[in-house]
Amino acid sequence: MTDATPVLRLEGIVKTFPGVRALDGVDLELRPGEVHALMGENGAGKSTLMKVLGGILQPNEGRILIDEAPVVMTSPLEAKGKGVVFIHQELSLADELSVAENIFLGELPRKRFGRVDWTRLYATTDAILKTLNVRFDARTRVGDLSIANQQMVEIARALTVSPRAVIFDEPTASLTDAEKVVLFDVIEDLKAKGVGIIYISHRMEEIFRITDRISVLRDGQYRGTLRTAETTEDEVTQLMIGRSLDLSRSPVRHALGKVALEVRGLSCGHLYRDVSFSVREGEVLGFYGLVGAGRTEIAETLFGLRTPSAGSIRVNGDEVRIGSPVDAIRHGIGLVPEDRKGQGLVLGMNCRDNMTLPQVDDLSTGPFVSDGAEVAIFDQYRDRLDIRTPGWRQIVGNLSGGNQQKIVIGKWLSMRPQVLIVDEPTRGIDVGSKSEIHNLIRDLAAQGYAVIVISSEMPEVLHVSDRIAAMYSGRIMRTFAAEEVTEDSLIQAISGLEPEKVA
Amino acid sequence: MAQTTTFTAAAPPDDAPVRKPRSQLVVQGAIWGFVVLELIFFSVAGRFLSNSDTAFLDLDNMLLLLKQSAPIGIIALGMTIVMINGNIDLSVGATFALSAIVLLDSMTWPFMQALGDWAIPLAWIFALATGTALGFVNGLVVWKTGVDAFIVTLGSMLGYRGLVFMYNGEQPTSHLNWTLVDFAEAQFLGLHTATWFLLGTALVLWLVMTRTVHGRNAYAIGNNREAAVNAGIRVGPHFLLNFMLIGFLAALSAVVFYSESGSVNPNDGMLYELWAITAVVLGGTKLAGGYGSIISTLGGVVAIQLLRKGLGYIGADTETVNLVIGLILIAVLFLDRQLNRKGSEELKT
Ligand SMILES: Nc1ncnc2c1ncn2[C@@H]1O[C@H](COP(=O)(O)OP(=O)(O)OP(=O)(O)O)[C@@H](O)[C@H]1O
Ligand SMILES: [Mg+2]
Repeated sequence: MTDATPVLRLEGIVKTFPGVRALDGVDLELRPGEVHALMGENGAGKSTLMKVLGGILQPNEGRILIDEAPVVMTSPLEAKGKGVVFIHQELSLADELSVAENIFLGELPRKRFGRVDWTRLYATTDAILKTLNVRFDARTRVGDLSIANQQMVEIARALTVSPRAVIFDEPTASLTDAEKVVLFDVIEDLKAKGVGIIYISHRMEEIFRITDRISVLRDGQYRGTLRTAETTEDEVTQLMIGRSLDLSRSPVRHALGKVALEVRGLSCGHLYRDVSFSVREGEVLGFYGLVGAGRTEIAETLFGLRTPSAGSIRVNGDEVRIGSPVDAIRHGIGLVPEDRKGQGLVLGMNCRDNMTLPQVDDLSTGPFVSDGAEVAIFDQYRDRLDIRTPGWRQIVGNLSGGNQQKIVIGKWLSMRPQVLIVDEPTRGIDVGSKSEIHNLIRDLAAQGYAVIVISSEMPEVLHVSDRIAAMYSGRIMRTFAAEEVTEDSLIQAISGLEPEKVA
Repeated sequence: MAQTTTFTAAAPPDDAPVRKPRSQLVVQGAIWGFVVLELIFFSVAGRFLSNSDTAFLDLDNMLLLLKQSAPIGIIALGMTIVMINGNIDLSVGATFALSAIVLLDSMTWPFMQALGDWAIPLAWIFALATGTALGFVNGLVVWKTGVDAFIVTLGSMLGYRGLVFMYNGEQPTSHLNWTLVDFAEAQFLGLHTATWFLLGTALVLWLVMTRTVHGRNAYAIGNNREAAVNAGIRVGPHFLLNFMLIGFLAALSAVVFYSESGSVNPNDGMLYELWAITAVVLGGTKLAGGYGSIISTLGGVVAIQLLRKGLGYIGADTETVNLVIGLILIAVLFLDRQLNRKGSEELKT
């Protein structure tokens, strides 16, 4: 892999948006058969750079070279024709269509008179799927697939040409560990075929597991490239955020107040059964388990989005009925949902309006919104969460993924709920902000909030929680205190290997 | 801090003016630019093609144009907020006709006649209440059944029109009140009563959509209903309020128009819903909801009226006018798409 001619080279790429210089003279070099990590804080310009490379955005300045020959790519299809394929941060599949139709969308094989050649379509697709080792076939409806399998469809789409370079933009953000392994195998295969791979992720352990080199962007500028084998997490972090993080610091445990939320025997159809737990003021309760264990569904029930089939919910000792988010908010419960684009943000509205959405009414004078008060709230939480945006008027849809997530978190923090539920709070968030958000969660607890954190990342739950509820297949298998928990016992509990313990 | 405009957290002070994405500016301003183009085109073309001796840009002509655009304009303004909210109302034409009948017929009722001119405000109230009530029915059905507003108001469009015919069969309903006619024909500061109603409605709705909680929430619901629900916004009441508003405005439009004309045919107001939607869409409001502006709709309304009048002025017949408006609508939407695509990242593989 040493100094072969690069498949792909970027020189001095500049890309500006109104009010933002997203890329400021970025260079990058991708060699055949290497996995090249692209790292940087939220909003550093990673996705923008890849969009330039994938023909989605046109650079204002700079050159793209494939096999040392300058190229201009004005559309994703053209980029694909030149062997550059892009697997997006956000999946973009048509749910109602079959796997095969999605893979060949726009390029369906045809017979005479423009009729689709279904036989050939399904045969080719199945052949591609086989190389990916997946368990579904060409005719499956995409909407019926899990997120991980949908991702495989996106990857299969890339394999319809023989690619020179494949770009993965945060592919593992919503995958389970087992699914990740499958993805990494696919990447190994591609690598063995001499394909160059650009891999964007905020997860250090993945970066160090699968990549050969790491390039770092900061504020739209190229900061250098490191060999993965010769560097450390700390060095990468330094380059990314200009300082190191002290991750070893374990959070202060402090005295707990009264029970803020108590759930007894809560069930919801087959989603989860007989769930009981309580959270005290000042306490962080972590929910750990595999995707699909029922954690999100519990959160949705507490927030009034699902109706439980049995059980009771008590807030401050009083039994309450939560029939809608309005009720939940009135009882002081806030939810930072898992899917920020679908459930958390109004993408077409500006940053401030999104952040104050649940409280415009409280801030208003009569029927009129009160701009000043809203801007003040936005400012406060922008500073506190370090949200990168040129100003509150920016449309949320234009922010980078991580900054969008911070807007949702800010929205609920600013409501000062008594019980805050955060579902996968740091998905897609850079290391710096991640520890910032972890600190924030601890601070909130210290200030007397009761916090429930749902996460699929073990280090995260271990780091922030005072107690951890391990869920498996709709049940809480065991609740651990932070002092007694070990990684092994946690893994056992969430795999259903341990007999249920009655508290 | 570096000289470059490179983006850093601390760099821009918060209320540094952030330029709107250019495409959006173009689109929002576009309709008014189009209005100006029309004015230029018709004044120039009128020189050669028109056999009238007044210039197209003649002040009286323009004032009249504003007055004539009021009936559909007022409805279109209401349609804007319903559409921003993610709904649509097809029953406005029928609501318009039914409110007009109530307006004129109520003045012939014996107890109303006994009131003399005091019957006028009362008749207005009856008409406006009728429109609001019809809107209330639409809104309630949409809210409580969850059926798509398109379907619900398609049904009520037929139903309300049925009521119109039940009232007086095929016969027109007439009542001419001269005080009312005087009021409708009055001009204040040069502008006709109808124009004042149009501008007043625009101002109020503009305030509603930009300055009030209801307006903010309406945008949010239209843009991402799920996120709005998650923020604790009650979607139903906002729907209901907007349908009542548009019902009220359809009636207001009838009040403005029939105060002067004094006679309603049971077919009046047909296709108004489509003209209103055309004006709204020309103004850049998205059919899918979440985007749109009252001021742009006003531009759309004026643009359509200019086309109708201008084409008539240079001698085109009604069929040609409709054809041209249809073509322009498609062209504008196509242009809007192109502009919106550029520089946005919505484009997918
Ligand atoms: N269409 C757009 N209009 C305006 N600004 C944009 C647009 N797209 C991206 N930006 C801005 O460009 C900068 C870089 O964004 P980008 O999405 O590339 O970040 P990223 O490195 O991928 O971050 P993340 O890790 O959060 O995904 C951000 O400040 C973002 O707000
Ligand atoms: Mg990104």
